[in-house]
Amino acid sequence: MILAAGAAADPVAARSQMGFSLGWHIILACFGVGLPGLVLFTEWRGLRTGDPVLRLLARRWAKALGLLFAVGAVSGTILSIEMGVLWSGLMSRWGQVIGLPFAIEGIAFFVEAIFLGIYLYGWDRLPPRVHLLSGIPIFVAGVASAFFVVTANAWMNTPAGYTLHDGRLTGVDPWAAMFNPATGPETVHMILAALMVTGFGTASVYAVAMLRGRRDRYHRLGMLIPLTAGAILAPLQIVAGDFAARLVADHQPAKLAAMEGLSRTTAGAPESLGGWYSGGELHYALRIPNGLSLLARLNPHATITGLNSVPPADRPPLVNVVHLSFDLMVAIGFGLLALGLWLAWAWWRHRDTPRTAWFLRAVAVSGVAAVAAMEAGWVTTEVGRQPWIVYRVLRVADAVNPQPGIQYGYWAVVAIYAVLTVVTIAVLRHMTKSVAIPAAPQDADAESYTVT
Amino acid sequence: MNLANAAAAVLWIGVTAYALFAGADFGAGFWDLVAGGARRGAPQRALIEHSIGPVWEANHVWLIFVLVMMWTGFPPLFGAVASTLWIPLTCAAFGVIARGSAFAFRKSVTAVWQRRIFGAAFAFSSVITPFFLGTVAGAVAAGRVPAAVGAGNAITSWWNPVSVMTGVLCVVVCAYLAAVYLTGDARRAGDQDLIARFRWRALAAGAVAGVAAAAGIAVLHGDAPGLAHGLANRGLPLVIVSAVAGLAALVLLWRGWFVAARGAAAAAVTAVLWAWALAQYPFLLRGRLTIAAAAAQHSVLMATLICLAAGAVLLIPSLTWLYVLFQRSGPPPARGVPDRGR
Repeated sequence: MILAAGAAADPVAARSQMGFSLGWHIILACFGVGLPGLVLFTEWRGLRTGDPVLRLLARRWAKALGLLFAVGAVSGTILSIEMGVLWSGLMSRWGQVIGLPFAIEGIAFFVEAIFLGIYLYGWDRLPPRVHLLSGIPIFVAGVASAFFVVTANAWMNTPAGYTLHDGRLTGVDPWAAMFNPATGPETVHMILAALMVTGFGTASVYAVAMLRGRRDRYHRLGMLIPLTAGAILAPLQIVAGDFAARLVADHQPAKLAAMEGLSRTTAGAPESLGGWYSGGELHYALRIPNGLSLLARLNPHATITGLNSVPPADRPPLVNVVHLSFDLMVAIGFGLLALGLWLAWAWWRHRDTPRTAWFLRAVAVSGVAAVAAMEAGWVTTEVGRQPWIVYRVLRVADAVNPQPGIQYGYWAVVAIYAVLTVVTIAVLRHMTKSVAIPAAPQDADAESYTVT
Repeated sequence: MNLANAAAAVLWIGVTAYALFAGADFGAGFWDLVAGGARRGAPQRALIEHSIGPVWEANHVWLIFVLVMMWTGFPPLFGAVASTLWIPLTCAAFGVIARGSAFAFRKSVTAVWQRRIFGAAFAFSSVITPFFLGTVAGAVAAGRVPAAVGAGNAITSWWNPVSVMTGVLCVVVCAYLAAVYLTGDARRAGDQDLIARFRWRALAAGAVAGVAAAAGIAVLHGDAPGLAHGLANRGLPLVIVSAVAGLAALVLLWRGWFVAARGAAAAAVTAVLWAWALAQYPFLLRGRLTIAAAAAQHSVLMATLICLAAGAVLLIPSLTWLYVLFQRSGPPPARGVPDRGR
């Protein structure tokens, strides 16, 4: 038997597969959470003002939502299957502790799928007001789904709500598990991230079109509405991120040490930007004296735990990945904040977006940047938790499915998702081009555009 | 009834709903596959797209429900099944992703060659997904899954007579359900040609499903005598119900009572699933893991069941609205065959 001859339990392949499929799915999940809000807002404004530009925008975004939601729904299902196929050791024991939020998320996902069907296919069948109302559950349930799923990840970082007796699970409080210490900061951080990815991501599409010369009202609004949403959320996200980092300092000191490349426990620790960690030291970093102590403990002389506080076997092995991902996320977060401030300043001064093409260029890259920041954040938290799958409770190596041949599944996933990426982008591009956007949309243009 | 049994029943309700609703969507993909060339098959494909477009995502969620219910309510069962059967489950996962995205892509493109590629991917994956899920069910039914994580054989646990037979049976049953449902949809669309085609297909698929199920009993006797014994005893009343409902569905189809035929076909499939459940009760994994042994803590089951009950209050009216909205609003019905099923 070929497969049986392969290597036994392979945590690297399993981790790679999970990371790859999760990192892929989460981009679509972000749009699944954020895009309904954008579509509903625009449809509502279109309904109130009768503006055909807004009505056409809402329809075109809804069509993209239909595609992204479908691909997101199925790529999310793969994750549920992978939870068992890859992490049988985790799920066979701890599945019940983190099951409740998934069950509630299942209900929320049901609500999303049902109302998305009604909303998209009912666009021209339902009265406009009923139609608008039928879209609200999609947005509410989308945000709720994100909340419940992330609570399960938060539990892996700060496990709570169970009692062990001689290594046996003797009591479970599923509500305490769901509302573990990391739940608040992590869920807020992720929901904001999802909304920002949607805002900057959608705006960037229109910024590219405007750079190519399409500066009509349709493209301007197509950029301005999502960009404004992103700009409003960017400062909130920085506060939420700070809140999350302080939680890491309290509950996962080894992760914080990896995020900062801090090898030894230090009083008055500096904030290190960039650099390269090797031989147990962070080299070439830009250091802000006492910065880390101030940020993490609000006290410039506070002691910050270093990597040397845990035995080598319990330290995150890829310190550079964690540290640089964290820095990248923070840098992009401040970049997006600056972009928002630029927009706010121009709007305050002359009720218009900044006129320079550099602004459009910045918006054009902000979508990819927002996705990169979100992915970097996930890399930070997931790689920073290593070698644990459940922090200080279960190691990744003990959670993985011991069956041989798991690595073949990983290669298949990479191949399938590569094809899926290319096709999804090609179909989205085809959708934007197959029905041309009129220079000055009329009522008939909005009404004749089919959503499904 | 204790909580663990209640949770098992809820899990099985999820499996039943997935089979009846998503199964029909997979079956529709099967008929899409065999609908013929781009021009000849166009009306059938249009009806299929019209019928499953608004509902397939909601129907698909039952799979997630089943997975979540398994790991929440019966974590050792989930760990055992998912680890030993990782190959068919991974293949089914690929089928799920190909089916869903290809269907969404096909709606969004216009060129014939593009629609052909996506259509083929949609249709092909609609056949392999229920096959692999069926082999998983067959592996559990045949007692090939040990209770420990990853303890079974990666290949023979699902590549054996009972599992393969169950996989094939799943594909046939999906096609049968889809043809029965689509016959009714074709009548609402008022297309005589489509009514005739799908009615004929439903009758054929029903006959094949009946033969396959009968053949399956023979395979079971050889390969999984324990299950065969259970079906012949505790499961027998439901096996009989299934056979009667299956025959009744064929008669109703023949007579043109399509709505009633839908009910009968769904009843036949439901009865088979619950006959299997009864036949192996109280075991989840025959002879190895009982419902009581695999069940989660009382606190977890209670919280989950309460949340699901609350969720049902939201979901049942919502699902009803979804189905009613799109069952009523096909193209205006043409005159012709009177709808005697109503």
